[in-house]
Amino acid sequence: MAYNLKRELNKPERFLGGHRLCAGCGCGITVRAVLRALNPEDKAVIANATGCLEVSSFMYPYTAWKDSYIHTAFENAAATCGGVEAAYQVLKRKGKIDDTYKFITFGGDGGTYDIGLQSLSGAMERGHDMVYVCYDNEAYMNTGIQRSSSTPRFADSTTTPVGAVHQGKPQNKKDLTEIMVAHGIPYVAQTTFIGNFRDLHEKSRKAIYTPGAAFLNVLSPCPRGWRYPTEDIAAIVKAAVDSCVWPLFEVENGVYRLTYEPKRKLPVADYMKLQGRFAHCFKKENEWMLEQAQQWVDEKWNALLEKCTNT
Amino acid sequence: MKPAKEIHENIRWQDMTPGCEIYESGTSMLTRTGEWRVITPKWLQEKCKQCLLCAPFCPDSSIPVHEGKRMEFDYDHCKGCGICAKVCPFAAIEFQEEV
Amino acid sequence: MSIRERLSGNEAVAYAMRQINPDVMGAFPITPSTEIPQIYSRYIADGKVDTEFVAVESEHSALSTCIGAEAAGARAVTATSSAGLAFMWELLHVASSSRLPITLACVCRALTGPININNDHSDAMNARDAGWIQIYAENNQEAYDNYLQAMPIAEHPDVRLPIMVCQDGFITSHSVENIELLEDEKVKAFVGEYTPENYLLKHENPLAVGPYGVSAYYMEAKMAQAQAMVNAKQVILDVGRSYAELTGRYYGFFESYCMEDAETAIVLIGSSAGTARVCVDMLRAQGRKVGMIKVRVYRPFPGEELAQALENVKAVAVMDKCESYSTHGGPLGAELRSALYDAQQHPLLINFVYGLGGRDFAVTDCEMVFNALEEALQKGSAKPVYRHLGQRGGDLRGL
Repeated sequence: MAYNLKRELNKPERFLGGHRLCAGCGCGITVRAVLRALNPEDKAVIANATGCLEVSSFMYPYTAWKDSYIHTAFENAAATCGGVEAAYQVLKRKGKIDDTYKFITFGGDGGTYDIGLQSLSGAMERGHDMVYVCYDNEAYMNTGIQRSSSTPRFADSTTTPVGAVHQGKPQNKKDLTEIMVAHGIPYVAQTTFIGNFRDLHEKSRKAIYTPGAAFLNVLSPCPRGWRYPTEDIAAIVKAAVDSCVWPLFEVENGVYRLTYEPKRKLPVADYMKLQGRFAHCFKKENEWMLEQAQQWVDEKWNALLEKCTNT
Repeated sequence: MKPAKEIHENIRWQDMTPGCEIYESGTSMLTRTGEWRVITPKWLQEKCKQCLLCAPFCPDSSIPVHEGKRMEFDYDHCKGCGICAKVCPFAAIEFQEEV
Repeated sequence: MSIRERLSGNEAVAYAMRQINPDVMGAFPITPSTEIPQIYSRYIADGKVDTEFVAVESEHSALSTCIGAEAAGARAVTATSSAGLAFMWELLHVASSSRLPITLACVCRALTGPININNDHSDAMNARDAGWIQIYAENNQEAYDNYLQAMPIAEHPDVRLPIMVCQDGFITSHSVENIELLEDEKVKAFVGEYTPENYLLKHENPLAVGPYGVSAYYMEAKMAQAQAMVNAKQVILDVGRSYAELTGRYYGFFESYCMEDAETAIVLIGSSAGTARVCVDMLRAQGRKVGMIKVRVYRPFPGEELAQALENVKAVAVMDKCESYSTHGGPLGAELRSALYDAQQHPLLINFVYGLGGRDFAVTDCEMVFNALEEALQKGSAKPVYRHLGQRGGDLRGL
């Protein structure tokens, strides 16, 4: 069935208002879109790593979730979800439950790229029938914008501050999506919310309804951490995609497919200039930063195009 | 099973749910995060084409959609981020300072 | 008719698990508990149980798996030792504060470093304040009997706390001894089904677990959790009585041996009780009024009951298979000394740290302990009250 935004928005909301995410938070947009991909008649259990989303969406006694929800710790959301899924398999087998459940884990980049990587790798390798969704906002936002392995090079974070000697994060962003592809799981995709949300929706649907383990990496900007006006989020993600900083693609059973190709590839600087975390890169003497950022993005983009069968 | 609306900051420990569990959906709706708002969206119905591009962009699920049409803002939970006005192709949402 | 067998402690626990057939096991190998998931995997491979075995990539994920599974409405079990238990530390607290009655078979082993695979209680004792019920076994029979009582205790609606069933690494886990086992049907009837009121996969209503708790609720949440541990005391006794009706074997908080007229007593935990019993018999034969208390239940701590059991004793040695580095003794020593503070009569008390990393505790060592108590009585002083036993080079300087 072809994607239809109106039809999808008619579904009952599964992530409700009254959560305490900051105004304009990208992760709230991501969560809603992923959950919209569930069939309304299917139930779900949501597992959540400690982080912005967790402290904001279940502050006792207020849960923003329509579905059952479990948070245990920062570094183990995938293992926790795997445990829930294992329970489902056995209880279903024993005839103790009838409902169909889907299992979705949400973690930020800190809980996914860094402290939760082992747990994630284990759960994906074991092939639990679950989706792990990383809402990637490229730093430890909940604790106050500290760098993570997902933070892009040159970004100003509170643990890679721009000073007289150092100029933001020295290392490039870790390519977690590729690491997940290397696990050989049935479905991996990188996406974000552009246009009418079709890309994010279709990938969420595939991830949820493909049997076995699936991973979604969703760029989810943080206005506080990236330092841009909250209302500009759509322009920011569009620039991320059009500059190829955040390419949209999926890997289904090992087959790469590009799902969006910019009509005109924007310079990376066009994306960076929208955000205060890169402001120092635009000083006269720091031109080399823009050059190196561009070079890295180009290399990654070309390598991706090589892998994609549809380009 | 104690409902969330009976749990408040003056209850005794004996009246807490075991393990701080909650047995309902969406109890966050009991809170009013709309109070955080410093600018307020205004829906200009005469300009709205019901394209619905605003609704999925709302991080606070505060643009309800009913039978294929967007409804009035949920002002109890809209935090006034301004995203909806920016993504509207028809300038059918305006933001005003909260008074 | 019970079944007579010869099993090691690990085999006995795995056997009990098979009889219970829990829904989910999350486990990771670590010496000396490895055999438990290993033997259990064989039961699964042979179709003797239909447990979902999640062979995780770490102990951290083992307990995370159990937490997820138990919250989902399944009965979840794990087994670990030493560094594995230490790696679970954060999740131990999550399990207890979420009030999830997970059963953990702890095969006690020294903590690193230096790395050592032999027995002491530093792993379990380091987890003593994690909000878990802790029950310790002396031998394979007790490991089996304690395991069968674990779930009826932990899952009781007044309790809802996770439980650690501890036995001594190698000494108990790997030594094969005679054992009496129950028939499968009797075990199933005794342990029953896990029927939580709410769980993640419940049809009628969703469940949200693990919130952020602001200060206005946190203290109340901890009070409720502390009350559950208080409630566990009665439940442990009740379950012990039902188990005795079934098997003839009764276990309370602790076992008193030759304590009726004892003037000196040794208080200890675990397999050393076998050695101490032999020593008590030997010294009794010489006319010395000695006795032993073997602590079975450490959490909840039966402080008042222990103090009462020691009220007529003149001198007591409290044995810790765990160094606290407090410069003031080990954990059992500290807690028992504290319990005795409120008693009418205080025996002299020496706290011995012993048996670390598998250091032997022989009958002669136990005799030295009783000799030290009698010497303290003669002197009218227990000083130094914090001592070590079995090491070369004498005791600590500068205390």
